[in-house]
Amino acid sequence: MDFINAVVLLLNFTVLPALTYGSQLALGAIFVTLIYGVLRFANFATGDMMSFGTMFAVILTYYFQSIGINFGLLPTALLTIPFAVLMMIFYMLIIDKFVFSYYRIKKSPPVQLAMVSVGVMFVTQAIIRIIIGPSDRRFLDGEKFILKATKFKEITGLNEGLTIKSTQIITIFVTIVVVSIMFWFLNKTKTGTSMRAYSDNEDLALLSGIDPKKVVLITWVIAGILASIGGILYGLDKSYRPFVYFNNMLPIFAAAIVGGIGNPYGAFLGGYVIAFAEIFLTYAYKKFFSYILPEALEPNSLVQLISTDYKFAISFSILVIVLLFRPSGIFEGKKI
Amino acid sequence: MAFFEGNRMTAGYNNGPDIIHSCSINVDRGEIVAILGPNGAGKSTVMRALLGLLKLKKGNVKINNKDISNLTPQDRVKKGISFVPQTKNVFAELTVRENLEVGAFLRDDNINKVIGEIYELFPILSEKKNQIVGELSGGQRQQVALGRALMIKPSVLMLDEPTAGVSPIVMEELFQHIIKIKKTNVAVIMVEQNAKQALKISDRGYVLVTGENKFEGLGKDLLNDPEVRRSFLGA
Repeated sequence: MDFINAVVLLLNFTVLPALTYGSQLALGAIFVTLIYGVLRFANFATGDMMSFGTMFAVILTYYFQSIGINFGLLPTALLTIPFAVLMMIFYMLIIDKFVFSYYRIKKSPPVQLAMVSVGVMFVTQAIIRIIIGPSDRRFLDGEKFILKATKFKEITGLNEGLTIKSTQIITIFVTIVVVSIMFWFLNKTKTGTSMRAYSDNEDLALLSGIDPKKVVLITWVIAGILASIGGILYGLDKSYRPFVYFNNMLPIFAAAIVGGIGNPYGAFLGGYVIAFAEIFLTYAYKKFFSYILPEALEPNSLVQLISTDYKFAISFSILVIVLLFRPSGIFEGKKI
Repeated sequence: MAFFEGNRMTAGYNNGPDIIHSCSINVDRGEIVAILGPNGAGKSTVMRALLGLLKLKKGNVKINNKDISNLTPQDRVKKGISFVPQTKNVFAELTVRENLEVGAFLRDDNINKVIGEIYELFPILSEKKNQIVGELSGGQRQQVALGRALMIKPSVLMLDEPTAGVSPIVMEELFQHIIKIKKTNVAVIMVEQNAKQALKISDRGYVLVTGENKFEGLGKDLLNDPEVRRSFLGA
C-alpha cells in the first residue's frame, strides 16, 4: 500500500506536471528548430512570439465571455485558438516581409539574422505591453479538474490523492494531435517533402523547381500554429504573464538543442527531457521516502536536490553539457 | 540548328572579369557532348551560363530555336533543362524515393510511372528506395543525383563532373548509365576531368582554353588528334 501511495505521489507531483510542461516546451522547441532548419537562424523572438499569440487568446477569451459565448466544460480559450493562430501568422508574415526577408535575400550570415530577431523580440515585447500590459492574467474557465484528490482518495482508499487538472489533459491531447499532424505533413505530403528538401540543400531545391517563397510562407504558417498553441496551453495551465514567456525561452532553446537543432523529432523529445529533468531535480522527496523507507531511515530534510528558484539553472546546465559533449544533440535522426 | 545551343556566350561572375569569351556549345537530342579543358578553362562557367546561374554579357542560349537567355534557372528547368551539380547534388537527409519525388516537384501528373522508369534505369535505387541518401556510397549517390535530374523527363541533361571522386570501376558503370540516358533521346552535356574516358563515350567534344573554344569535333577525332592528345590527354 505504501508503495502504491509513493507511486501516486510521484505521478501527481512530478510525472503529470512534467508531461504537461514538457508538451508546452516541445511545441516551442519544434518552432525554434523549424525556423532554424528552414530559415537558418536562431529565433530569439520565440518566447515573445508565443506570448503574442497567447495575448490574442486572452483578449478574445475576455471578449467571448463578455458576450456570453463559452465552451461548456472546456476553457473558452480553446475556441479562440483559430483566431489567435491567424493573428499570429499575420504578425509573423508582416515581420518576415518587412524585416527578415531583406536579410534573407541579401544572404546575410545566420548570426546577423539572429541579432535581427533580438530586435524583433524587443519590438514584440513593446507591442504586447502596449496592448495588454505586463501583469499576470488568468483566462482559464470551464471545469478545472477532471479528477479531484478527494474523489480519488474516496475511490481507491489511498492516503495520497491524484489530481488531474483539465488543462493537463488538454495540453497533452492537443500537443499529440498538433505534433502528429505536423509530422504527417512534413513526411508524407509533397509540400512537406519540399520543405525538408529546401532545408537540406537549398540550391538543389531551387534547381528542382521548388519555390523558396512558398517554403518560407509555409514555415511561418506552421511556426504560427506551434507558437500560439504552445503559448495558449502554457497560459491556460499556469497563467499569462509576458515576462514568464520571455524566460521560457531558455528551456525551449535547451530542448531544441538537446534534440539536435534542426531535428523536429529531437526537439519534441527534448521538451520532455528538459521538463522531466527540471521537475525531478527540484521536487522535494521527503514524503516519497517516508512511504518507501522504514520509519528509522526516514529523512529529516526535504530531500530536494535544487530549490525551485533555480529551475532555470537545470535547463542551462543541460544546455552546456550537451553543447560540450554532444553538440549535435542526444537523439539520432534526420533533420527537418 | 541544334536542339540546345549557347551561341557566342561571354560572361563572368558579378562584376568580375569575363571568364568565358564568345564561347559556343551546342547539342542535339540523343547525343552526348563533352566539355573538356585544363583547370580554369571555364568549363563549369559555361555550364552555369547555359543554366542561367550567370548573366550573359553577350550571346544567347536557345532551346528548340527559342531564345531563353533571360529566363531564370527555375524557368529553364520548366523548359526541360535538368542539371546535376558536381557537389551537393543530392538531398542527403532524404530517402532515395523522396529525392526522386522532389526531382518531380514540377510534375502534376502521377509520378509513380516515372519513378518506375528510373528504377528500371538504375536498379540499385529500387533496392535502396527507403534508405537515407547520405548513407549510400559515392557511386550510388551519383545515380540518385542522375535519377533526380531525370524525374522531370528533361530534354537536356547537364552533368558537372559526374564521375568526380569515384573509383574507375564505378566511373565505367556511371558512363554506361549516361549512354543509356542518351538513348532515351535526351541531349547530354557533360563537363569531365577524365577526358579520355569521357571522349570515348561522347559523340562530340569541345576543348576550352581560357574561356574560348579551342578545338571541337567528333569524340573519336579529338581522341586521335595529336595536338589535343599532347596538350590535354597526356600523350
